[in-house]
Amino acid sequence: MSVIEARFDGLLGDFRLDISMSPPASGVTVLFGPSGSGKTTLLRCLAGLTRLDGRLQVAGEVWQDGRNFVPPHKRGVGLVFQDAVLFEHLSVRENLLYGRRRRGLGEDASFGEMVDLLDLGPLLQRRPTRLSGGERQRVAIGRALLSEPRLLLLDEPLAGLDAARKAEVIPYLETLKTRASAPIFYVTHDVAEAARLGDRMLLMQAGRIVQTVELRGETAPDANEAAWLAERLASVGTDELIAEIVLSGASRTVARLAVAGLTAELKPSAPKNSPATRIRRP
Amino acid sequence: MAEAIWLTLKLAMVTTLALLILATPLAWWLARSRSAWSEVVAAVVTLPIVLPPTVLGFYLLIALGPQSPLMAPLRPLGVRTLAFTFEGLVIGSIIYSLPFAVQPIRNAFRGVGERPLEAAATLGAKPLDVFWSVAMPLARPGFILAAVLVFAHTIGEFGVVLMIGGGIPGETQVLSVEIYRAVESLDWPQAHLLAGGMLAFAFTVVLSLLLLDRRAVRRSQ
Repeated sequence: MSVIEARFDGLLGDFRLDISMSPPASGVTVLFGPSGSGKTTLLRCLAGLTRLDGRLQVAGEVWQDGRNFVPPHKRGVGLVFQDAVLFEHLSVRENLLYGRRRRGLGEDASFGEMVDLLDLGPLLQRRPTRLSGGERQRVAIGRALLSEPRLLLLDEPLAGLDAARKAEVIPYLETLKTRASAPIFYVTHDVAEAARLGDRMLLMQAGRIVQTVELRGETAPDANEAAWLAERLASVGTDELIAEIVLSGASRTVARLAVAGLTAELKPSAPKNSPATRIRRP
Repeated sequence: MAEAIWLTLKLAMVTTLALLILATPLAWWLARSRSAWSEVVAAVVTLPIVLPPTVLGFYLLIALGPQSPLMAPLRPLGVRTLAFTFEGLVIGSIIYSLPFAVQPIRNAFRGVGERPLEAAATLGAKPLDVFWSVAMPLARPGFILAAVLVFAHTIGEFGVVLMIGGGIPGETQVLSVEIYRAVESLDWPQAHLLAGGMLAFAFTVVLSLLLLDRRAVRRSQ
């Protein structure tokens, strides 16, 4: 199986990114970690928007090494920003076609398919200023995908949305995940998102990847993805991160999950006097 | 009088056009450069706002005069001096109005920010393509403001014109100079007519550009 081979080492101001990874060039790789852990910087390095020393090879093609640096417009990456960054002077249709035209493609059958898949039909004539947050994010995802990227990078695409909007966009991402042929990097610090969308998870802290967790093999149960993720995390040896998991024995609901410095309050906590399992790995 | 009106309009149009072309790359660089030199350049560009027009006009007169080393390259073409010519006036106006063009465009480019440009790049747009298809359209209000300011500023310019152009009818005698002449020779009706006309004209131009822009903004929403 082909892999994405990436090694970056460099300073950005006071921040040092020191990454070495080789995840498979397929499926969804979740980058998970607290703010300031370098997730976005790593995405920017993959896209070629930030240049640090290192080496990057995607599906056999060298994008960066000691001598070469392929500029962003020649890489074929689809990047979705946290706040969409649509072109405000263009209609939704023109936004969607922006990257597609530059790859020599147009408003063909697969354009129509993507528009249907993301339910963008009714929005095509509108200006970005007239879209809701969830709609903007769907357009941004469509715009990136329609440029037929070889690598899709999603930088906390749901972080700016409220719970209702998140629930609106997540199903689209799940569909997309099964349809997209390009490998996807998905940045988030939301446990539930990571569990629902990820095939593997790279836990990041202070500019480094501290742990890789395989998430697939079985799928997360819809009802309680966090409990499932918690068990997965507990099953891998963790040195530098603390996974604190409280499982109530019978219903296996999770009260709190702390991973890589992030704490998530989840699902109704167990009754006070029920027997609870506590897993702590310092 | 008609001659002076035409000359003034011609000067304002040529200056506006030339400045939009010249100021755009300069403003782009100033908006994006992180080097300290860009502030030095920005200060030089801003100088014409704080300098008295007579000071600027004096230096221009020397720079464009027959003794000036700057004129040496033009000598083989049979041009000895640009002082007291329409071309000289255009050069003076460009320098005099430079900050009024650069500042709004620079601010507009800054306002666009890095991210739309990065989005365009990842979507496969080459740097020049990014500039034309994203940066320029998003900075449009800055260009309109720059055009209005330069046009109005050039029509109203007096000190620099007097210093480097004098008042040669048909060549350098623009409206502001003609009004000055009329007042000096106590020709009040003529002064009233020209001054009132300029006031009405300036107001109409600015208002119609603003209305045009408002309509464009509405249509874009």
